[in-house]
Amino acid sequence: MADCGEADGPVKKDDIVRAKNEGKELTKEEKQRLRKEKKHQKKQKDEKRPSERVKEKKPVAPSQPVATQPPTQKAPTVLPASAPIPVPVSGAPSYSSPAPSPADKPAKSRAEQKAERRARQEADRASKQQSCSSSSKTKAPPSELNPVVKRLPEHVQVDDPAVVKRLTKKFERQQIPLRSDYDYKVSLFSHLHQYSRKAPLTQQLSIPSTVIHPSIVRLGLQYSQGIVVGSNARSVALLHAFKQVIRDYTTPPNEELARDLVNKLKPYISFLNQCRPLSASMGNAIKYIKKEISNIPSQFKEEEAKTKLQTCIDRYINENVVLAAKAISKYAIEKISDGDVILVYGCSSLVNHILCEAYDKNRKFRVIVVDSRPRLEGREALRRLVQRGISCTYVLISALSYILPEVSKVFLGAHALLANGYVMSRVGTSQIALVARTFNVPVLVCCETYKFCERVQTDSFVSNELDDPDDLMVTRKGKTQLENWHDVSSLRLLNLVYDVTPPDFVDLVITDLGMIPCTSVPVVLRIKNLEQ
Amino acid sequence: MELQAVLMAAGGGSRMMDLTYNTPKPLLPVGNKPLIWYPLNLLERVGFEEVIVITTKEVQKMISTDPKVKLDVKMKLDLVCIQEDADMGTADALRHIQQKVKTDVLVVSCDLITDAALHEVVDLFRAHNATLSMLMSKAHEFTETVPGQKGKKKTGEQRDFVGVDGTGKRLLFMANEADLDEGVVIRKSIMRKHPRMHIKTGLVDAHLYCLKKSVVDFLADNKSISSIRGELVPYLVRKQFSKSTNSPKVIDETHQNLKKNDSNISSRDEELLHLTQERSCWNDHRGDMSDAYHGGRLRCYVHIMDEGICYRVNTLAAYIEANRLAPKLFDEPAVHPSAVVSERCLIGADSIIGASCQISDKTSIKRSTIGVSTTVREKVKVTNSIIMHGVTIEEGCNIQGSVICSNAVIGRGADIKYCLVGSAQRIEPDGEHTTASPHLMSKACSA
Repeated sequence: MADCGEADGPVKKDDIVRAKNEGKELTKEEKQRLRKEKKHQKKQKDEKRPSERVKEKKPVAPSQPVATQPPTQKAPTVLPASAPIPVPVSGAPSYSSPAPSPADKPAKSRAEQKAERRARQEADRASKQQSCSSSSKTKAPPSELNPVVKRLPEHVQVDDPAVVKRLTKKFERQQIPLRSDYDYKVSLFSHLHQYSRKAPLTQQLSIPSTVIHPSIVRLGLQYSQGIVVGSNARSVALLHAFKQVIRDYTTPPNEELARDLVNKLKPYISFLNQCRPLSASMGNAIKYIKKEISNIPSQFKEEEAKTKLQTCIDRYINENVVLAAKAISKYAIEKISDGDVILVYGCSSLVNHILCEAYDKNRKFRVIVVDSRPRLEGREALRRLVQRGISCTYVLISALSYILPEVSKVFLGAHALLANGYVMSRVGTSQIALVARTFNVPVLVCCETYKFCERVQTDSFVSNELDDPDDLMVTRKGKTQLENWHDVSSLRLLNLVYDVTPPDFVDLVITDLGMIPCTSVPVVLRIKNLEQ
Repeated sequence: MELQAVLMAAGGGSRMMDLTYNTPKPLLPVGNKPLIWYPLNLLERVGFEEVIVITTKEVQKMISTDPKVKLDVKMKLDLVCIQEDADMGTADALRHIQQKVKTDVLVVSCDLITDAALHEVVDLFRAHNATLSMLMSKAHEFTETVPGQKGKKKTGEQRDFVGVDGTGKRLLFMANEADLDEGVVIRKSIMRKHPRMHIKTGLVDAHLYCLKKSVVDFLADNKSISSIRGELVPYLVRKQFSKSTNSPKVIDETHQNLKKNDSNISSRDEELLHLTQERSCWNDHRGDMSDAYHGGRLRCYVHIMDEGICYRVNTLAAYIEANRLAPKLFDEPAVHPSAVVSERCLIGADSIIGASCQISDKTSIKRSTIGVSTTVREKVKVTNSIIMHGVTIEEGCNIQGSVICSNAVIGRGADIKYCLVGSAQRIEPDGEHTTASPHLMSKACSA
């Protein structure tokens, strides 16, 4: 096994190394070949020294075995063959040392030096192994295990100072200001960010914003002030802003559009994340666009590439938002019969669309809009439905069990559908689903497939969004009761945005792929991944 | 690039001719810095890197030659000169530089001294995609006695009526008392859309405007508008609520024409924006059946500052007030290190001594500003006064509540109370001048 790798190894390595020394970048294939070579040599070393497998996990070790391996095995074969070509032999360890200087040394002394170096490194390794043997864990190298232990995302580890420090460093590198948390948090949720609307991120940016594209700054402001609200609206606005970024983008010299544009987008995404945490639909849209950008073939000229990306974005929005809404309304209208009393919660753009379409198709039904503080989004849903001519009733969520005996169906929108079938939606949705189940009223959730996400969550604590607690203050007849809530030391205000509903309470999920039970979400995810 | 800054420094200072007949208004010293330094500093602090300064040839010459007028700003200043006698209003000046304007503009006046958080004004402009966004502040009473004026200043007939909506951000109505015949007239269409309006009169307009690029292009077509504050802003505020009129040069059309001139990409962007607004469950008002912003495309916003410094130095009273408060805006030491101050003089904590001054023994300087290269001899008492550059004050003078302009010479033992001494004037020794014989004496001496 090792030999066949060896046979064509040196020759190809010569080419690669020569190319590197001439200043050209290695192509993808050459890089992969190099990596394979390294792995082969690692494996040989493993067979020789099984006890030292542990060491390969440590960051110090990998560079050294790799560096010493080629010379020890190549020195006998390469030296006689490549005496007239001094470059390649020195080139092999050249990733760790500058290329030109070893090339000047004569061949004979190079072998001696390599032998000395090898001896030294083995001595170092032996001593390190002794010191680390007590603390070494038996972790197998990652290439042999199923990949990687998943780490917790950083946005749910806000109370861990190490993570916060890492985040701060990342923002400094990207030149984005850090938005400070609003410190009066409920201790159960201290692992999440909480921002105050009175301290916008734009305070720390320069006014003609140069680091961040103006349309992204505008978008961030609209997110944090609540002007663009709702999963669909946020994704569409995000893609619209990305279109403008792409239009104004010029590839710097010596860079490839595919790689550079993705790097340009990263600070923008961090900025938007600080203005308001990204939604699942936004995350999927970002994944899609990053994939599209990296798949741009390198022979495309800049204008072509940009036009291609713009059309991709338009197509994504058209398929996943506009056409999906049409498909979902078609399925949902089958479920609405004449004489129905439909209950909706908050303002879901999709549910409103369905109801308006059903009304246009002359179904006779009436709607009960349930609303809750502090957002009171139901008022906007009420306005839109009444403007169309649908007869509506408006209640607050505290009157839910009073009104439910009248209801024949419940239509709910979703922010995201998780991989274990749980529905993540506006806080209060799980209450509605629970009470509806108690009254044996069918609950139908309407959700586009681009909001399906691979996360798994069973409670609303681990990952959620904390909104500004000052929104809970309300002024009635000139008096604000909670005005000085900071002064009361035992009082903390909590303003949650999302909650998760278990699949037991949901009877049907209506998606653009059809009407599926809640437990079929992983199937849809798998199909989507296959398509991609 | 998001915003371009334009600084209007061509104004004549017509309301304080006593000060400006010799020194142009942008270069009047306030706290020993030229007046134009304050808005430039504001722009620099906020992060601008280039400013277009519209000014007169005289000012440009003085900036480039006079060593006392040092504008130590790191930004790139693009000085555009206009003729002094052309009598151009601010809107005319904007029209003049229309070719240089490539994006939205932030127009600042040179006489603005403020510590406002500019991001509040610009955030309104960005978030709501507004056409106009401006800054206003609650007016403070001027407490200092103004030299040359007897009694209190009578309240001007020129009150401004500003109408804002319930949130206090959207500008619904703006009119000056001078334009109104009998009463405030508010159209029914405004009342129908915004039933609750707060009308405020005690506000100072900071003359800081964020304008969309299409407004500048609109100005280029409509040559009849000559002043931003007097004509353009009320026009835009009125236009928010009018149905499209039959005049061909309407601003909405300019919006649309510009968008058509861009490639058809922008029409798809419009669709996306429309889709976003449709799917977003946000509305700026409630109580009626209309969509956000009532479907209007033109929106004007205002940010009203409650606290903080915001002055427009266009009258003598404002000039004196600004001199009192200017030191709070920058943290340079009150006494300039190059000033030669002898030990036996009393300098109050809120006085500023300029560079290269010479203050001799037994002088007392309280609540005053002493300019650059001024010489103050022994036994002089200066209280509540503003002394500009290059002044010589001989021994034993007593100066109270006065303004002494550049290069004046005050003779020995003169007693000056609440007067304004013009530039390069000489006051005879042992003279006694009070408000009874005000600034006329400067003209008399020169004549």
